[in-house]
Amino acid sequence: MSTAGPGATRLAQWLRVASPIGVGVLMLVAWALYVEFGNAPRMLPSPIAVGEEFGLRWGIIWDDMVITATNALIGLTVGAILAVVLAGLAAAWRPIDGMLAPLVAALAVIPIVAITPILNTMFGASSQFGRQAVAMIAAFIPVFVNVLRGLRQTKPVHRDLMRASAASSGQTFRMLTLPTAMPYLMTGLRVAASLAVIAALVAEYFGGPSDGIGTSIATYAKSGRAALAWAYVGGGILIGLVFFLITAFLERLVARHAPG
Amino acid sequence: MTADLAVKAAGVGKVFDTKAGDVIALTGVDLEVRAGEFVSLIGPSGCGKSTLLRLIADLDEATSGELTIFGKPARRARIDQDYGIAFQQAGLLPWRTVGANIALPLELHKVAKAEREARVAELAELVGLTEFVDRYPDQLSGGMQQRVAIARALAARPKLLLMDEPFGALDEMTREYLQSELTRIATETGAAVVFVTHSIPEAVFLSDRVVVMSPRPGRITDVIEIGLGEVRDESLRENPVYFEKVTAVREALHGVKVERANER
Amino acid sequence: MTEYAQTASLVVARRRASGRGWAAAAWGALGVLAVAVVWELYKFLGPAEGVTIGQVEGQTGSGVMILPRTHDRAMPHIWSMIIRLGEPTSGGSTPPLFVTVAQAALVTLGMAAVGWLIGVAVGALLGLVMQRWKLLEWGLLPWVVVSQIVPLIAFAPVVNAIGNQIDRSGTPWPQWLSVAVIASYLAFFPIAVGVLRGLEAPDRIHVDLMRSYAAGYWATLLRLRLPASVPHLLPALRLAAANAVLGAVVAEVSIGMRGGIGRMLIQLAGQASSDPAAPWGPMFGSIALGLIAAGSVALIGLGLKNYRRGEANT
Repeated sequence: MSTAGPGATRLAQWLRVASPIGVGVLMLVAWALYVEFGNAPRMLPSPIAVGEEFGLRWGIIWDDMVITATNALIGLTVGAILAVVLAGLAAAWRPIDGMLAPLVAALAVIPIVAITPILNTMFGASSQFGRQAVAMIAAFIPVFVNVLRGLRQTKPVHRDLMRASAASSGQTFRMLTLPTAMPYLMTGLRVAASLAVIAALVAEYFGGPSDGIGTSIATYAKSGRAALAWAYVGGGILIGLVFFLITAFLERLVARHAPG
Repeated sequence: MTADLAVKAAGVGKVFDTKAGDVIALTGVDLEVRAGEFVSLIGPSGCGKSTLLRLIADLDEATSGELTIFGKPARRARIDQDYGIAFQQAGLLPWRTVGANIALPLELHKVAKAEREARVAELAELVGLTEFVDRYPDQLSGGMQQRVAIARALAARPKLLLMDEPFGALDEMTREYLQSELTRIATETGAAVVFVTHSIPEAVFLSDRVVVMSPRPGRITDVIEIGLGEVRDESLRENPVYFEKVTAVREALHGVKVERANER
Repeated sequence: MTEYAQTASLVVARRRASGRGWAAAAWGALGVLAVAVVWELYKFLGPAEGVTIGQVEGQTGSGVMILPRTHDRAMPHIWSMIIRLGEPTSGGSTPPLFVTVAQAALVTLGMAAVGWLIGVAVGALLGLVMQRWKLLEWGLLPWVVVSQIVPLIAFAPVVNAIGNQIDRSGTPWPQWLSVAVIASYLAFFPIAVGVLRGLEAPDRIHVDLMRSYAAGYWATLLRLRLPASVPHLLPALRLAAANAVLGAVVAEVSIGMRGGIGRMLIQLAGQASSDPAAPWGPMFGSIALGLIAAGSVALIGLGLKNYRRGEANT
């Protein structure tokens, strides 16, 4: 693509940044024009109206954002810690791996949010725990899978080197296994962050306290306040973006001298 | 008496039990490497030369025979860090700088920081990488990475250097340069070297003795004294004695006298 | 999410490579058993009102409950869950719970399947054009990724409202179609990315080889890129299936559609105080649903064995 000289490379780089922005603007404009001049459904307000509503109701949207984001953050943190511990055990001890691998593979394909109503029964309906637990399970899976893989990525030549250097198993873990697994942990976290937000938000559709972004979207969509419902969708998008950007930044930071 | 020997192998054998049944990788290996001597192991793939090196390094354990390093069992020698090792892949840890990679064995054995730094500077000088100690491995060429690996192998001042085709992945020019460097380093440190290679000229250029091995089952078939003396410089590569030895090793490898075009 | 896909394929590959499928299954069964044992053990040993930390004295509802209540209403015995499956759904002469669960699961599966098909079609098209024109990849891929990192599934209620409006305006738009559309929204992403990566998977030398034969775009696509994409495609299809099921369950709950397993779960969970074992029926149903969906897509892989020889099996 960029072999035609420095001029072409600069053009390519410029296009790389410009084209997604162009597509984004194009979509927004098409949306706005469709609402303005086309026969748009009433539930699809113009992006301008959504933006205005977002600014106007920022206070209440922010409150609900905090609730959903906190649930997601708690779920992500606890899920990640649990995943790292269990992945460590599974890497060290085959039987644990044997028992966990099929369970995790199954967990990855079943709709976990469905467990929310049952968790609400177990922990009480006024508790945010059900939502946090769902976010936790959603975050657990990618972190567990990635860390377990990462812990097994040490190269034979590096293992030979540690053995030839008469390193103790503790030293090998600290100086070889752990640093090798770090980028994998970060990738897992990045994937888990988005999943935790989505899970925490979607879990709100399944009952529990009447607060949070998801609950509000459902409420206002049902009562026909389209612009406000979309503004709340915007709030959810914001949470997702923040979670993604932070974890993606951490991943980039760690991956600089990643193996391979 | 045996302490003068860097490596002493008597009737060493190695059997791998694989799913397809037992595979005899090595059988009946007798080998003595004197202190300070440079010995190459050469042979076609599957002859067990790398296996023998791994046994000496105690990366694998021999299934039969007796193997001592400086008069100690291989395991003891590994724990005492009597040898340094370099592999075909440089095997540098990508998240450590060149300096930190060289220091790794010292760090593992709790050498004080000041001493470590002094030693790293010394070794970087020895392999000619002083300006690069703060770089990361991915910023280095293959030849430079391999020099770091050699420096790392020398970090604990071992009296024995084990090298498993360390120049195998390099281009011919880098290779010849590093060969000269290695002979210099080996002479300067006075360490014995066991060097695995599949290149005949490389083996002859570097070694005091070349051990010729043969596969199925892996065993030693011949040992050739090179006797080209201490100084190994570029002029040696043009020396008729050098070519004679290359021919000798080649004949030993093929098991017959190689006919030369001008003798036909 | 692509990491997910790799995972699933890794798990499968590892099991296949070891050639000890039975042993793996036995370990898995042991794992399930362990979960059951922990459940019953905690139920037996744990305090009836659960474990709450940070509770203020004399103030109910304060603090955070970190371990659940153990009485039968909150945590029914595992055998009661199983027995409950055989009893009438809502008393009297209603069919047994497992029959109702199976029917509801089938409804959801049907919607998920339609969503999966839409998602595969849209995703494949996106992947194709993104691979064909670099500019489109640059322009679209960031948005495709963003579409997944933001919880846009949040607009499920909005989609339903739009669907209703279309329906009222004359064009028939059944509610299940809204559910399928939402399901397809979760399903298209792994496909788009999987197709893009898969079509770009061929080695440089193979592309050069095709070029040296003066093969055009379509010939290269058919003979090289598509076959080479299979190892990327299969996990993507499987993941899309799991996502479609998740999307369908979430959609029917969030828009309040009747007949599916998600709705049934909510309904029975609402009566949990009088019938605590009942919601576990649809719970098991949705587990089975996810496994069946992912499993049946995995069957596709069996027919494509020859295209998977290069697949990593470590």
